[in-house]
Amino acid sequence: MTDMTYTRRHLLGIEGLDPLEISYLLDQSERFVEVSRGANRKLSTLRGQTVVNLFFENSTRTRTSFELAGKRLGADVINMSVGASSVAKGETLIDTAMTLNAMHIDVLVVRHADSGAAKLLSDKVNCAVINAGDGQHEHPTQALLDALTIRRRKGRLDGLEVAICGDVRHSRVARSNIHLLNVMGAHVRLIAPRTLLPARAEALGVEVFHNMKDGLKDVDIVMMLRLQNERMTSNFIPSIREYFHFFGLDYAKLSVAKPDALIMHPGPMNRGVEIDSDLADDVERSVIREQVEMGVAVRMACLDVLTAQSRGDVSGGAE
Amino acid sequence: MSIVAPGKIAYLNARLLDPASGLDAKGGLLTDGETIIAMGTDITSAPEGAQVIDCKGACLAPGLVDIRVQLREPGEEHKETLASAGEAAVAGGVTTMVCLPNTEPCIDDVAAVEFVARIARKNGLAKVYPYAAATKALEGKELAEIGMLAEAGALAFTDGTKAIANPLMMRRALSYAATFGLMIVQHPEEPALAGGVMNEGELSTRLGLSGISNLAEAIMLERDIRLVAATGGRYHAAHVSTAEGVDLIRQAKKRGLKITCDTAPPYFALNELAVGDYRTFAKLSPPLRSEDDRLAVVKGLADGTIDAIASDHAPQDQDSKRLPFAQAEFGGVGLETLLQISLELFHNERMSLLQVIDRLTLSPARLLRLKAGTLTPGSAADLVIFHPDRIGKVDPAKFRSKSKNTPFDGRPVQGRVLRTVVDGRSVFVAND
Repeated sequence: MTDMTYTRRHLLGIEGLDPLEISYLLDQSERFVEVSRGANRKLSTLRGQTVVNLFFENSTRTRTSFELAGKRLGADVINMSVGASSVAKGETLIDTAMTLNAMHIDVLVVRHADSGAAKLLSDKVNCAVINAGDGQHEHPTQALLDALTIRRRKGRLDGLEVAICGDVRHSRVARSNIHLLNVMGAHVRLIAPRTLLPARAEALGVEVFHNMKDGLKDVDIVMMLRLQNERMTSNFIPSIREYFHFFGLDYAKLSVAKPDALIMHPGPMNRGVEIDSDLADDVERSVIREQVEMGVAVRMACLDVLTAQSRGDVSGGAE
Repeated sequence: MSIVAPGKIAYLNARLLDPASGLDAKGGLLTDGETIIAMGTDITSAPEGAQVIDCKGACLAPGLVDIRVQLREPGEEHKETLASAGEAAVAGGVTTMVCLPNTEPCIDDVAAVEFVARIARKNGLAKVYPYAAATKALEGKELAEIGMLAEAGALAFTDGTKAIANPLMMRRALSYAATFGLMIVQHPEEPALAGGVMNEGELSTRLGLSGISNLAEAIMLERDIRLVAATGGRYHAAHVSTAEGVDLIRQAKKRGLKITCDTAPPYFALNELAVGDYRTFAKLSPPLRSEDDRLAVVKGLADGTIDAIASDHAPQDQDSKRLPFAQAEFGGVGLETLLQISLELFHNERMSLLQVIDRLTLSPARLLRLKAGTLTPGSAADLVIFHPDRIGKVDPAKFRSKSKNTPFDGRPVQGRVLRTVVDGRSVFVAND
């Protein structure tokens, strides 16, 4: 059992975390992979703790993943989906947070359409906050589960060539992954049309490509990003057809990557938009389903680590 | 605050700062009632029967003329009223405010112009003059009654925090206003390129916030400069924030076009890094720019390309700012920090003290043809006495403004307003 290395109160983003903290969270997650695969999946580590999933944006996967993670640890999990209607009624993000705070909850898992929303909440509440995606800023548990998936398959992160392809501009997943992979010693490439890259993308410490053939050459990992439909109407790209032609992942484009290159996607996939349907289901190459499995383990680890201090468990481990 | 007209007052032992005469020297100033009657280095004693105010070596300058203030009355009195803005203004050494028409209802008819004038007169604090809307309801579609609004007292015409976006509308506005020799004031930002919430760059990428490129300012200014050249109109660009913008105006002035501009303290004292961890008090319009832009604004002020410094006072209540960054309102209060932050230009040796005072007094007064910003005998006795070096800290809790949304919260500053005089009456005296 390692000493607790992650001593922050919240998990708001990957930017600013050091390699030891990330490795610690990944190591903790490994143990929960085994728990989830075992016969007895229900622990009592978080018995008596309350986890609230506060989702201001629709999400099935992430919310379910957090819910399952909390329940497997024995916590009481409450899902709150706050639609646009509540906002229209005049209740602000902070009002909602203060209400929950008064109920003495232990962990707040928050997803919100605005960048910085999780940080804003964390300033106002007494409990631990996990950012489950804030606008176009960060989605730290996604980056951790991606890293765990890669590390289990490749045995390391250091020195790997990773290409992140698609709508980087609007992607919190891309930002969290860039920060994590950089700090863990991987080399990150971005592949996207210029309109789907954020301003001064190179400043994030990545190499930028505008075609798949150059960008995918000899990579170990291909991370595809979801393309939202509204990107067409706002003229970031002309059509799905054209996007898939140049930037959709298929066997032909993948052929320049390393023969054992893995394909990842944070889901939900748009088959035929950013990824060829057969390729997505190719068990030799695609680890997309494994990512989902790792997601539960990573979220169990995060819930465990962030509540360890308040539970008086300074070792931060599960029993 | 006394409402009785004062008699003779002698301000002695002052460092006189008068941009109109270029005077920066020890001396004194005499007022009689509402008017300055004498000023100079030879005034060392008070005439018989005059009240004496010993300045103890502090600076005595014309009261500040702030040509960009959002007042919020009528319509949003919970954020600021004419009275609270008046209190804030005089605490900051401001004796004349020119307010934007973006109230609710907006100032696009004669009655609204008269309302502002009437309430401000009643308060008797800083003098208030309104801009009026360039287009009806600030919608950018139909010209407002520019001539009649000017007759009622509107100084110039603007759609406030919104750009006059349609080029035909701007052409007509410039052309029609020029009929009467009137000026159009533009918020120089192409709206189609200004959908973001902060400066576009590495920081916006890291924070996942949508950016506003410098292009938004440059394109609007380039367009407007062509329209000014074509119409011969008078044009003023408000709160210039980019290196490109400063340079475009510098070139346009060289060509002899009737173009002027101002900037506000955040654009020469802060850069985008003030946004930091989603600080909504640093969400301004135009956005805080890069360090290179900030330096270009400083240079523009020093070489006279930028004519004036205005506070860009934009009060917002807590509910408008305690939100995720993208949802929060734009703007910061500025009346009470205008002088202190501007003095940084002097303390950092970018400009002389007299130059800084000029950009805050005489130069903006001349832009709007106001008889203000000068110590010339015969002028209104609108004065500020301040200590240029005294060390302090920006403390929003002490603001008189109803809103506390300053981007300068906690900033160490040098300079302190000791006394503010409007029409001969001391309307603010520091209590320390």
